[in-house]
Amino acid sequence: MQRIGVFVCHCGTNIAATVDVKAVAEALGHEPGVVISQEYQYMCSESGQELVKNAIKEQKLTGVVICSCSPRMHENTFRKAAASAGLNPYLVEIANIREQCSWIHKDIATATEKAIILGRTAVAKVHLNTPLTSMESPVVKRALVIGGGIAGIQTALDIAEAGFDVDIVEKNPTIGGKMAQIDKTFPTLDCAACILTPKMVEASQNERITIHSFSEVADVKGFVGNFTVKIKKKARFVDETKCTGCGLCTEKCPMKKVPNEFNMGLDNRSAIYIPFAQAVPKVATIDPNYCMMMKSGKCGVCSKVCSAGAIDYKQQDTFIEQQYGAIVVATGFNPIKLDKYDEFAYNQCPDVVTSLELERLMNAAGPNGGTLLRPSDKSHPHTIVFVQCVGSRCDDEKGKPYCSKICCMYTAKHAMLIREKYPDTEVYVFYIDVRTPGKNFDEFYRRAVEQYNVHYIKGMVGKVTPKSDGKIDVQASDLLAGEQLHINADMVVLAAAIEPDKTARPLATMLTTQMDTNDFFTEAHPKLRPVESATAGIFLSGACQGPKDIPETVAQASAAAAKAIGLLCKNSITCNPCVAHSDELMCNGCSSCEKVCPYGAITYVDKEFRMPDRSTKVRRVASVNPAVCQGCGACTVACPSGAMDLSGFSNSQIMAEVDAICK
Amino acid sequence: MIAVSADADGSEKICRGNTAVSRQKGFAMETFTYYPGCTLRTKAKELDTYARASAQALGIALEEPADWQCCGGAYTTAKDEIATKLSAVRVLNSAKEAGQPLITVCSACHNVIKQTEYDITRDEEMASKVNNYLGLAEPYTGGTKVYHYLEMLRDVVGFDKLKEKVVNPFTGRKIAAYYGCLLLRPAKALAMDDPENPTIIEDFIRAIGGTPVIYAQRNECCGGYITMEDKAQAQKRSGSVMSSAEDMGAEMVITACPLCLYNLKKNSGSDLPVYYFTELLAEALGLKEASNE
Repeated sequence: MQRIGVFVCHCGTNIAATVDVKAVAEALGHEPGVVISQEYQYMCSESGQELVKNAIKEQKLTGVVICSCSPRMHENTFRKAAASAGLNPYLVEIANIREQCSWIHKDIATATEKAIILGRTAVAKVHLNTPLTSMESPVVKRALVIGGGIAGIQTALDIAEAGFDVDIVEKNPTIGGKMAQIDKTFPTLDCAACILTPKMVEASQNERITIHSFSEVADVKGFVGNFTVKIKKKARFVDETKCTGCGLCTEKCPMKKVPNEFNMGLDNRSAIYIPFAQAVPKVATIDPNYCMMMKSGKCGVCSKVCSAGAIDYKQQDTFIEQQYGAIVVATGFNPIKLDKYDEFAYNQCPDVVTSLELERLMNAAGPNGGTLLRPSDKSHPHTIVFVQCVGSRCDDEKGKPYCSKICCMYTAKHAMLIREKYPDTEVYVFYIDVRTPGKNFDEFYRRAVEQYNVHYIKGMVGKVTPKSDGKIDVQASDLLAGEQLHINADMVVLAAAIEPDKTARPLATMLTTQMDTNDFFTEAHPKLRPVESATAGIFLSGACQGPKDIPETVAQASAAAAKAIGLLCKNSITCNPCVAHSDELMCNGCSSCEKVCPYGAITYVDKEFRMPDRSTKVRRVASVNPAVCQGCGACTVACPSGAMDLSGFSNSQIMAEVDAICK
Repeated sequence: MIAVSADADGSEKICRGNTAVSRQKGFAMETFTYYPGCTLRTKAKELDTYARASAQALGIALEEPADWQCCGGAYTTAKDEIATKLSAVRVLNSAKEAGQPLITVCSACHNVIKQTEYDITRDEEMASKVNNYLGLAEPYTGGTKVYHYLEMLRDVVGFDKLKEKVVNPFTGRKIAAYYGCLLLRPAKALAMDDPENPTIIEDFIRAIGGTPVIYAQRNECCGGYITMEDKAQAQKRSGSVMSSAEDMGAEMVITACPLCLYNLKKNSGSDLPVYYFTELLAEALGLKEASNE
């Protein structure tokens, strides 16, 4: 006979204000098998847990029902308490009478009735609970970081520092990401390259870090502690091990008309190229779309001048496979394309640029060697208009509904730098709101307004009209003055919204992690687990999770590293015992379960069975790998013969719950 | 959503919504219900005459329903006014009964009729009110494919085919397209082109051999009806359009809208000639003289 204990929590007034907890405890005390039914103010508190533990010992309980908050909140707490009192933790059931009852009802009688039903349901289930034992699974002591921007670099450095091997996979020829393109950083105005490039070098020199540049993740299999990842190393037509990065090939290459991605297409590079002087690895890459040797077989200059013999026109993509215990996603962001925003004349006029293009125009390694000149006629601009929120906080589908977060600050930075360097230049900034929450951020913005006399105007730009004399008419509204303005500008700078990198979506599918509607990765909990994904062993670093500036990105990168290190430190991890298993005698090998399993946990084996007439027969039956199974239950529903069942959530337990609700 | 696929025989099929039109090399005659609108009977006769003559030459038969009325002009977009939508629904229903797509040419009429078609398929309350009032044999709940004349040139005839038919090309002429606001907006309902970066009239200009002039003000408002109340405002609006076109080197401006043409001519203070696009079309096809007889 079962001996079940019921414990009803008041949760202060959270539950007790809408649910008559005494009546619930009283009613559940009469349920079959219940030997003790108590209520208490805070069941999760130390003394509340003592109550449960003592009851288990004194009453020799075989099952426990806690009527309290969501199992996501305290199921683990009570399971641990039960275990310490000698009861198998999987004999504890939670009836959620807070989120699913007291918080959503106003009427006490209704809420109390529902709480009793929920409690009765849990009692019915716990009658059929069986003790479960968790298995252990080993942890591979190596981490993979996807993306080699500042987020990925910081995460990799921190994990390596803790003594674990890390691989960085970067799709571009060099690590460094967006930060490498940025000129100065807010709010201190220190040079981005000066603080980033030492970190890039540190990453490349760290013996625990392996950088796979110009590479992509092709496939991910496995589960927390034991992922198998296939990495595609794209052919760069240069032998990485031989190239010394001398750059002679890039000088001699006759094809010099290739738009330079690093400078946002504002100048050209050669077909064989090193993205920038401090690139890591400093290895040349051939762009097969422009290389004359690759296209027509006529040239071969780079091969002739390379003393290291590193050029290999016949190089093919290669694949490597590696085991990892943890994966950190750091795929970053991109500014959106502005094709759909031609009211700002971005497609019509070369002097209308994005903020990232302005970074390159102002950078010493940029197309103008650091002097701010208009792209059209290389003249010095005297009036510059900045437009904020281009595509951000947008209520139609051409833009993004969210605030891109970084634009207010970098626009203040640009405005200030221009006023500092070229005091004869008038700078206007059109804004909806100026958002500067961050350490020393608002002081920075105030400085742009008060000290540098940047004209901040609340209002949006409606129309940008380029004129034949090279000037740009900017029509805008000044909402505070309530008037229409026309500014005769030389340059217009658009703060384009940022969006997650396009590679993130297919990657999320490979990793079975979740994304929001904007393709940002979803964290396991928005407040309490911000750097973990909902999939165990996958962590999130930087702007792939949401718009972030550099300080925030680095903080999150280190936090993700800490979480990954916490996992890698363990020799083995406890698996969830609530996994599926197949009754081989009932399984007819139809493959329905295999098709629906999102984790690839089900395989088929040919097994010999003894038949009733004592003959033997080989049959194809499903077999679940308990280490891979996540206990989602899809297979138990799909199975037509009822052979699949989920431990802890068996078909009979769920039917018993349904019966108890309908009683 | 436009899907263009080339068949093996070189003819192309264009599917827009539910209407599939076969575009043959031999220009098979196709019949459309044609809605001219009031202005095209009075102030904007050229827009109408040249549109009809050119359609004929391009293998498009235009059938004018006997009972069409004023589209309702600018008043139809008032949310609470059902009566002003009735006329648009009547002509949409006529086209449906004839089993033909509907063609409009005036920007304002097109805007009204296309928006009404968009609304009636989405707004049940409006649809039932309109139908209660009209008491048609069969309630009209949408389904008529509405083309602007320019869309017909692009999607049914094809600009490449139009180019082959041109006898008097506008070679070397710098022509500025003026879209105004009604032709493209609201983009969801009109679904003709990108409202901020349109190309349809520029493509038309190329098809008749001219050189399109891109200028930023081409999709700004001309001032519209405000000329009745505040002439200065209309002068400012149309003035900035014309000076922007002139500044970018345009020799002439073309439009599809009688009201735009009025403002650009009378209120802008510019001498730059303004024509209806159909006039240039007829001239390019060598039909101008004949259609004026």
